[in-house]
Amino acid sequence: MQRIREILSGWLREGQADRVLGWKKGELPGMREPAFFHTEKELEELVYDRFCGPNLSKFLIAAGEKPGVTAVLVKPCDSYSLNELIRENRVRREQVRILGVPCKGNVDPRALEGKGVLAVREEEEQLMLSTLYGEEILPLSQVLLERCRVCRGKKHAVYDELLDPGQEEGPAGADRFAEVARLENMTEEERYAFWQGEFSRCIRCNACRNACPACNCRVCVFDGPAFDSSQKANAVPFEESMFHIVRAFHVAGRCTDCGECSRVCPQRIPLHLLNRKFIRDIDTLYGPYQAGEKDTGRSPLTDFTTGDCEPGAWEGA
Amino acid sequence: MPVTEEFSPKIVAFCCNWCSYAGADLAGSSRLSYPAEVKIIRVPCSCRVNPMFLLRAFQKGADGVILCGCHPGDCHYSTGNYYARRRMTLLFSMLSYLGIEKERTRVEWVSAAEGARFAGVMNDFVKTVRALGPCRRLEDVRCRE
Repeated sequence: MQRIREILSGWLREGQADRVLGWKKGELPGMREPAFFHTEKELEELVYDRFCGPNLSKFLIAAGEKPGVTAVLVKPCDSYSLNELIRENRVRREQVRILGVPCKGNVDPRALEGKGVLAVREEEEQLMLSTLYGEEILPLSQVLLERCRVCRGKKHAVYDELLDPGQEEGPAGADRFAEVARLENMTEEERYAFWQGEFSRCIRCNACRNACPACNCRVCVFDGPAFDSSQKANAVPFEESMFHIVRAFHVAGRCTDCGECSRVCPQRIPLHLLNRKFIRDIDTLYGPYQAGEKDTGRSPLTDFTTGDCEPGAWEGA
Repeated sequence: MPVTEEFSPKIVAFCCNWCSYAGADLAGSSRLSYPAEVKIIRVPCSCRVNPMFLLRAFQKGADGVILCGCHPGDCHYSTGNYYARRRMTLLFSMLSYLGIEKERTRVEWVSAAEGARFAGVMNDFVKTVRALGPCRRLEDVRCRE
């Protein structure tokens, strides 16, 4: 923590960066929110710990409108989102200065919900909670976000400086496609019932869209009178299906699987399963592709080969 | 005696201007018959078809949606149908993943010279969708007649 502050203070002092984008403490225990820091004094509020879930890449699009360089802290999976934004020219590489920070997995703040938590601290792979009802100890492995349990690896896709180069070779997690495969093996009726059950909880808060670093159109298709989505209440199930299909489709081939959609969903809809289905199909049909790995080239949906499979011929799902 | 009315599916066919629409025209001028349930929407190229067009068609009560374009390699704009092919492959796979019958969506390549093929494809598709019955999994009940 101290070293992060030293590096960033140095960047601010030497004029290598004009502002820092990082995390600070939120209103509730265990909550962290994205924040800009402009001076060394403000940097004292910066925190980086297991609770820093929010992916900061998307804020760099707006920060790019300001003059100067924005320094940013990125975790390994965030770095893929940022690199994808650089590939799409939504963020200019020379306008960001990237400090790659190591990540050991983020805590799901929902694991603390309903416990009356007053304070929380981390101690050797355990969370020490002091709650209204007394002390409680939770092993960290039990309260990790889904995306961290299936971690793809600790390597940064893009950075200017790495805090801990030794961390790059961290272990990967469980198979991230296991749940997708389970759904694929169900019958059509079962899948329909599963998804209607999930989608029916959608309150159309648009958090998944707003948090997603790949979902960054200046004008969104869902923000117009042509769409019924300007009204918050869902009148019929069709609207939810439409919204979620289109949301996932619009980031297909560009989704880095950072898991922000599911992390922010207040209704706990497993939105990452839609994105992962596209990723799995793309990997199977058009060759393995990891969005955000490179900052050049074409994404699978803006590319083709003459020998691609026919839409009807493939028994994928 | 009870009168049972046979289910008549609504089929939307997106046809590209250069091949399939001309193919449909040829089917007509060759006096080949294909079901009147097929409603053709002419698009400049198969890749003009946004996934949302298909979803919209289902919303408004379509029971099946078919996209027709030039054969791969024959696109008027050289490469449009290649992009459409990837998009539709992924979209259809996603619809099936969400439990929507995959027989309700189809892509066929029909050239301007293939009037007979156009009629054959449409007859077959309408038959398939008729057997499936009305689309209930991706419809908007407010749009029901």
